[in-house]
Amino acid sequence: MVHVSMAVNGRAQSADVDSRTLLVQFLRENLRLTGTHVGCDTSQCGACVVHVDGRAVKSCTLLAASCEGAQVTTIEGLAQGGKLHPMQQAFQDNHGLQCGFCTPGMIMASIDLVNREGPNLDEATIRHGLEGNICRCTGYHNIVKAVAQGAREMGAGATTKAAE
Amino acid sequence: MGVTAIGASVKRTEDIRFITGKGHYVDDVNRPGQAYAYFLRSPHAHATIDRIDASAALKSPGVVAIFTGDDIAAEKVGGLICGWMIHSKDGSPMKAGAHPALAQGKVRYVGDHVAVVIADTLAQARDAAEKIEVHYTELPAVVDTAKAASSGQPQLHDVAPNNTIFNWHIGDKAATDAAFASAAHVTKLDLLNNRLIPNAMEPRAAVGEYDSGADGLTLYTTSQNPHVARLVLSAFVGIAPENKFRVIAPDVGGGFGSKIFIYAEETVCAWAAKKIDRPVKWTAERTESFLSDAHGRDHVTHAELALDSGGKITALRSHTIANLGAYMSTFASFVPTYAYAPLLSGQYGIPNIYAEVDAVYTNTAPVDAYRGAGRPEAAFLVERIVEIAARETGRDPAELRRINFVKTFPHQTPVLMAYDAGDFAAALDKALVLADYKGVGQRKAASAAKGKLRGIGISAYIEACGVAPSQAVGALGGGVGLWESAEVRVNPIGTVEVLTGCHSHGQGNETTYAQFVSSRLGIPIENVSVIHGDTDKVQFGMGTYGSRSGAVGMAALAKALDKIEAKAKKVAGHVLEASEGDIEFKDGKFTVKGTDKSIDFGSVALNAYTAHKFNGQELEPGLKEGAFWDPTNFTFPAGVHICELEIDPQTGVVELERWTAVDDFGKLINPMIVEGQVHGGIAQGVGQALMECAHYNAEGQLLTASYMDYCMPRADNLPSFKVDTIETPCPSNPLGLKGCGEAGAIAAPPAVINALTDALGHEDVPMPATPQAVWRAAQKAVKRAAE
Repeated sequence: MVHVSMAVNGRAQSADVDSRTLLVQFLRENLRLTGTHVGCDTSQCGACVVHVDGRAVKSCTLLAASCEGAQVTTIEGLAQGGKLHPMQQAFQDNHGLQCGFCTPGMIMASIDLVNREGPNLDEATIRHGLEGNICRCTGYHNIVKAVAQGAREMGAGATTKAAE
Repeated sequence: MGVTAIGASVKRTEDIRFITGKGHYVDDVNRPGQAYAYFLRSPHAHATIDRIDASAALKSPGVVAIFTGDDIAAEKVGGLICGWMIHSKDGSPMKAGAHPALAQGKVRYVGDHVAVVIADTLAQARDAAEKIEVHYTELPAVVDTAKAASSGQPQLHDVAPNNTIFNWHIGDKAATDAAFASAAHVTKLDLLNNRLIPNAMEPRAAVGEYDSGADGLTLYTTSQNPHVARLVLSAFVGIAPENKFRVIAPDVGGGFGSKIFIYAEETVCAWAAKKIDRPVKWTAERTESFLSDAHGRDHVTHAELALDSGGKITALRSHTIANLGAYMSTFASFVPTYAYAPLLSGQYGIPNIYAEVDAVYTNTAPVDAYRGAGRPEAAFLVERIVEIAARETGRDPAELRRINFVKTFPHQTPVLMAYDAGDFAAALDKALVLADYKGVGQRKAASAAKGKLRGIGISAYIEACGVAPSQAVGALGGGVGLWESAEVRVNPIGTVEVLTGCHSHGQGNETTYAQFVSSRLGIPIENVSVIHGDTDKVQFGMGTYGSRSGAVGMAALAKALDKIEAKAKKVAGHVLEASEGDIEFKDGKFTVKGTDKSIDFGSVALNAYTAHKFNGQELEPGLKEGAFWDPTNFTFPAGVHICELEIDPQTGVVELERWTAVDDFGKLINPMIVEGQVHGGIAQGVGQALMECAHYNAEGQLLTASYMDYCMPRADNLPSFKVDTIETPCPSNPLGLKGCGEAGAIAAPPAVINALTDALGHEDVPMPATPQAVWRAAQKAVKRAAE
């Protein structure tokens, strides 16, 4: 057993867990934040992507114990005050999801892509940037459109914030 | 959002929970006091189980119970069934070997279920499973589809000599052979339809829970059809009577057919929950999904096409060996027979067809329906052989297709199917223009200048879906009817609940069904809820697969809405003091003809439930109607997909440069959702053509049992798609819908392989055309060109 503590979506969380506990298990089973999903066992599908200290991480490949003191953001922590994050809104606007299972990880990975590459993303950059996220439903066509819109909106929001 | 229209690209209402992480999938279900199940699986493809010693495992920390096949058999739990009877040519019934939920005496594929460990935590269950000693005697395995029925092969089931399940056929052999004898040209083709693993992103999962006070059993399961699961588990497996058994399929993360079937794990979770009187939860690891989800395709086929001197196809004949795996899955026998061979006429007026299908057992995972289920196999055969025939006879592939298209409808094929409506030439014309087919010569030259090989390939597919007319299904051996149900409950203040027997696991039915009701009743879409997936809420239904939730599910809804409208008019007549026949209903208002006396839908609803304005004995209060819709025919989506790609002969890497699709789905409820279905289907078809293959070695070990080895398309493997439609309304349902869910997966593989072989100067490449396979073929093509 090991004691873990971190902030998840802005709230301090801690627990005593089996030392083998993955971050995704800690989120889903201890904190009952079931929005982050497990889709594979080889770190490839990306359904488990969350942000740890501002960067995208596959939470299936990280021990909860190694997140001591970290700031973790999950899909549940994106919307602020009932208002959707522009990337979330973009996925709905562009029909970028069907069954929804890959979607939380896809959205978290997409936000990270914008954080790294900026808000003006061309199709090739988006497609390459989502290599770590598998979707079986959409064929990616509408996901690409969603990410392009979400990126632009994030850029516009940042500009507005900077101007204020 | 207001009142919506049919044909509008309304945004999906279900998206909100998915994009905020508030979806409710089976692994999100946690029941108080739940225990966790871990399945011990066979590491051998074929072996007898001589002894299972669980004594050490039972003492492992946290273990609640361990069960084996003998325990289940002792409780008289029935085996898993195949619900479709197929007869061989000699009239004998198919040879269905027993399929117990936990193996009895023998294991027949790697991943076969040997025991279940139930413990307080999953880690404890896993740790305990490692302590179970299973004494096996290994037997030789047979995995090769083409060889399974040869003499001297290891036999899987005593009831099936030579591992043969059935030898089936369809069509007129004598007439077909005669047509071949007099043909001007015969094209021959040997092809493989590669074995695939559906890989919905959500792994299968189940939670069984028993309420001993009420003698009520609940099963949460990742199912496309919870009522069918309840029916099979109740009637055939004997888990619990239907009236004491609730099956819930909540949010399900994709199915593609793989979640239709009734599996061992959910059966055991349901049974065990009652046995130990604690909830039992199981979730597949991805490798378990690879090993034990029903696989798809796996046909070995020899096909021949006969043409006359004018290029008209006079006959087609084929012989297929279909690998059904180690046990017959729930609908396994239907896929390579009635879902396959009746489509071998393609879009063409082929007067003579004869098809033989031999189904075999092998020491591999059971095979059953996977997106397209038989129709991709048929389309691949037809569209490859027609393409090759065009090249062999020096004809343009588009033109050979065009001269053979069916032009008048209805059209009776020689293999059961009667195509009801279509315009094959119109789709081809539109696709050729959108794809700039004429300009491909220039683009080929530009590619060649860069050292690349460019090719273009056409796929003119047709399929049969909207499954299906119940009498036809019964006559062909199906054990169920394939009608659908809908109940429309109008609430007193005018909001509406739709209870549908179809399921939504990505199809967007919560939006499209509500959109339809909104447009019919003239009420805002926010006032309509769509309920599905719970046998306690929806009385009965057949689920979602075979592209049926529009053509069949919505037709049932239309029928229920007709009844609602009729009753509402009666109520309105009383309220407006006019005769029922003088009431018109339009845009949400009931009006007395020729006057401005009107009342809106909400007021009619309130009146129906207060019953103040009419005699409740002459007209029953309330406004709630149900309907069952039994289709009169299959539906026949059809279209043309054109793939243009570029090969790098140095590496064998294939880049898809452009993709054009023109599909005829009849009327569209929500074009945005239809396009999404096409995109997803194309992606899976491209996966089959270029990347995916479930590969077993000679010992029956699955070598492609994770995403490390089984390659799935990523975003950078695919282009954006140009998707368009033509519309010939479907005559067999009131909405004119044909269905769209599987078309992309059916159309895509031959489009890709036709383009690939075009680029390679007709050198054939088997699926999957991986870079290694393409490179080899490119070397051969380059060598031939040099000669």
